[in-house]
Amino acid sequence: MSKGLPETRTDAAMSELVPEPRPKPAVPMKPVGINPNLLGYIGIDTIIEQMRKKTMKTGFDFNIMVVGQSGLGKSTLVNTLFKSQVSRKASSWNREEKIPKTVEIKAIGHVIEEGGVKMKLTVIDTPGFGDQINNERCWEPIEKYINEQYEKFLKEEVNIARKKRIPDTRVHCCLYFISPTGHSLRPLDLEFMKHLSKVVNIIPVIAKADTMTLEEKSEFKQRVRKELEVNGIEFYPQKEFDEDLEDKTENDKIRQESMPFAVVGSDKEYQVNGKRVLGRKTPWGIIEVENLNHCEFALLRDFVIRTHLQDLKEVTHNIHYETYRAKRLNDNGGLPPGEGLLGTVLPPVPATPCPTAE
Amino acid sequence: MDSLAAPQDRLVEPLLSPRTQAQRRLKDVDKQYVGFATLPNQVHRKSVKKGFDFTLMVAGESGLGKSTLVHSLFLTDLYKERKLLSAEERISQTVEILKHTVDIEEKGVKLKLTIVDTPGFGDAVNNSECWKPVTDYVDQQFEQYFRDESGLNRKNIQDNRVHCCLYFISLSGTGRLRPVDVGFMKALHEKVNIVPLIAKADCLVPGEIRKLKERIREEIDKFGIHVYQFPECDSDEDEDFKQQDRELKESAPFAVIGSNTVVEAKGQRVRGRLYPWGIVEVENQAHCDFVKLRNMLIRTHMHDLKDVTCDVHYEKLPRAVHPADDQVKLTQDSRMESPIPILPLPTPDAETEKLIRMKDEELLPRRVALASTTYPEVQFLYEAKALRTVLSPQVSSPEPNTWSAASSPCGVSGGATNC
Repeated sequence: MSKGLPETRTDAAMSELVPEPRPKPAVPMKPVGINPNLLGYIGIDTIIEQMRKKTMKTGFDFNIMVVGQSGLGKSTLVNTLFKSQVSRKASSWNREEKIPKTVEIKAIGHVIEEGGVKMKLTVIDTPGFGDQINNERCWEPIEKYINEQYEKFLKEEVNIARKKRIPDTRVHCCLYFISPTGHSLRPLDLEFMKHLSKVVNIIPVIAKADTMTLEEKSEFKQRVRKELEVNGIEFYPQKEFDEDLEDKTENDKIRQESMPFAVVGSDKEYQVNGKRVLGRKTPWGIIEVENLNHCEFALLRDFVIRTHLQDLKEVTHNIHYETYRAKRLNDNGGLPPGEGLLGTVLPPVPATPCPTAE
Repeated sequence: MDSLAAPQDRLVEPLLSPRTQAQRRLKDVDKQYVGFATLPNQVHRKSVKKGFDFTLMVAGESGLGKSTLVHSLFLTDLYKERKLLSAEERISQTVEILKHTVDIEEKGVKLKLTIVDTPGFGDAVNNSECWKPVTDYVDQQFEQYFRDESGLNRKNIQDNRVHCCLYFISLSGTGRLRPVDVGFMKALHEKVNIVPLIAKADCLVPGEIRKLKERIREEIDKFGIHVYQFPECDSDEDEDFKQQDRELKESAPFAVIGSNTVVEAKGQRVRGRLYPWGIVEVENQAHCDFVKLRNMLIRTHMHDLKDVTCDVHYEKLPRAVHPADDQVKLTQDSRMESPIPILPLPTPDAETEKLIRMKDEELLPRRVALASTTYPEVQFLYEAKALRTVLSPQVSSPEPNTWSAASSPCGVSGGATNC
């Protein structure tokens, strides 16, 4: 992982599999031509433009997982985030659907295009989580799934004849939905986050925030933050991965003030003050989803999509995946696993999830 | 009534003036008037003096607004000193049963309200049998009442049986009942009146509430859960009442919102919750069903809840509660035979002996009066203070009405002599 200074971008760019620079807010691109007034201008900075063009052509993958008890509005929120019906809601009043007896993992992929950029979005749903009477170890199927994706990627990487572009099915982000009790976290929430914060980026989210008044909301958030800290749970953005001061201050602000985001989701539009907004219409008023006075959906959306999308992928690749890879290689005696490499065959994936690194 | 009037009066009637006729009719009515129509008033006055008691249980996962709702219903804060546990403390917590009792008085009517709370229910990671402490508690109360009823001193029996259980169904988008909800309701539906509620209804829009209620009703039927049914109203009630009753039945399960704060809305101070997008008024029927719940629970159905608890749930129990007491198979029939159950009496301790003696002394005059109808000597002995006790008739003895009385100098008996 590179800890280089922002100026020496060349080092960073060449050693990464994924382009490194953090996307800044829209800035008009410099014309690619040579500025005759600037002597000694090489034109290295045009690589950003080249990368941008490349990305636009190839598109990129993003895999987001949603975890939480049924009825917390997970599918609605994902649909609101990406402004399309990417997740089939369980509240489709389908009579035959029952609460699953074990946690199931359902991955649904969509291709979304915006401004010429194509994104292959995969939403991974986990129905049945936390819904049973006995929820002990209900996070194990989820951990297993995440490790399986790492395993898949590892296999592809270790292949002699590698694909040009390895399909990335690793989970980049996991939104964990906290029930808005107003008291504190549930034991199940703690257990899940303890086990999985070392394996995947977890972003805790307070669901159905329209059930709490402003004071209740801020009190609840404070209590949740404190509990997470006391229990040593590092949610994304993790403190230890802040690369420089700029990152640190930005992330600190988010960590200490905004997170966990208290959100409300909706896919219905209403007319408010002459504008059409996404919201929920109640007898006592209309809750505007994108209004920062009402809920923090806009903050979550900006955070996940507009500012930290690339970082989520990077942390997944550079840290979580590397941890998994190191463990696997160690188990294999330091030799890279894979078929056809000096006759060694990839050792079987352990039936129980890999113990997470301490 | 008129046919009972004396024949002479009837003959005389047409000759009297209308005014006298009216007076005469009133007097007739007076003659026919027995006067037991005032019985409800007498009962009312006695009950008001005695006061009522009501035990309400609230159950559901933590954080669903149970305490707030209780506060809103009865306008008393029972949870001032409550300490909320953190998640880690809750990992090792088991389900507790907490009782809070409060005496409320309104317009001279006293209500002793007991709220039974179940903190820790449904909170753990493994919630298997988390309703067991609750069923144990309910059974205990029934058993206690049974013992009290069969006991010696029945003057001041405390009725601690749970009359109603408000079960809070947790936030759900689809109305599917969770396994914990189903488990709890099935464990308790034959023992307590269960009234399911949709909690925190301010996160739902009206369309969702409607669908949710339908779905929950379907699920309740599907799982065969017997929730409290509102009794049918008599056909001779007025249309207004019938309409109210219909609305009540159609709004079950109630979607409620509770609040212990008062906010200013449209110039009025109301109980509600203040949001950036509007104010939710708890007592506004268009906002939630709180008013319906309150009316049902307190103003119209409280007595019915108590009745159903006594007549239906309690009656089902003694067989289940005392399977080992073969001698005390208290079925409906045997009750007729032995009004005083022949309990296998263990050797009484000092306390019980004292109670037995007190009771004996109390009952003595009555027993004497009864015995002296057959044996006048008993009355004579009693007045001479020579009578210590009168024994009750032995039901199992071969000779009917064998009385025996013991007194200090010598015994007087009808059948067997005991000198």
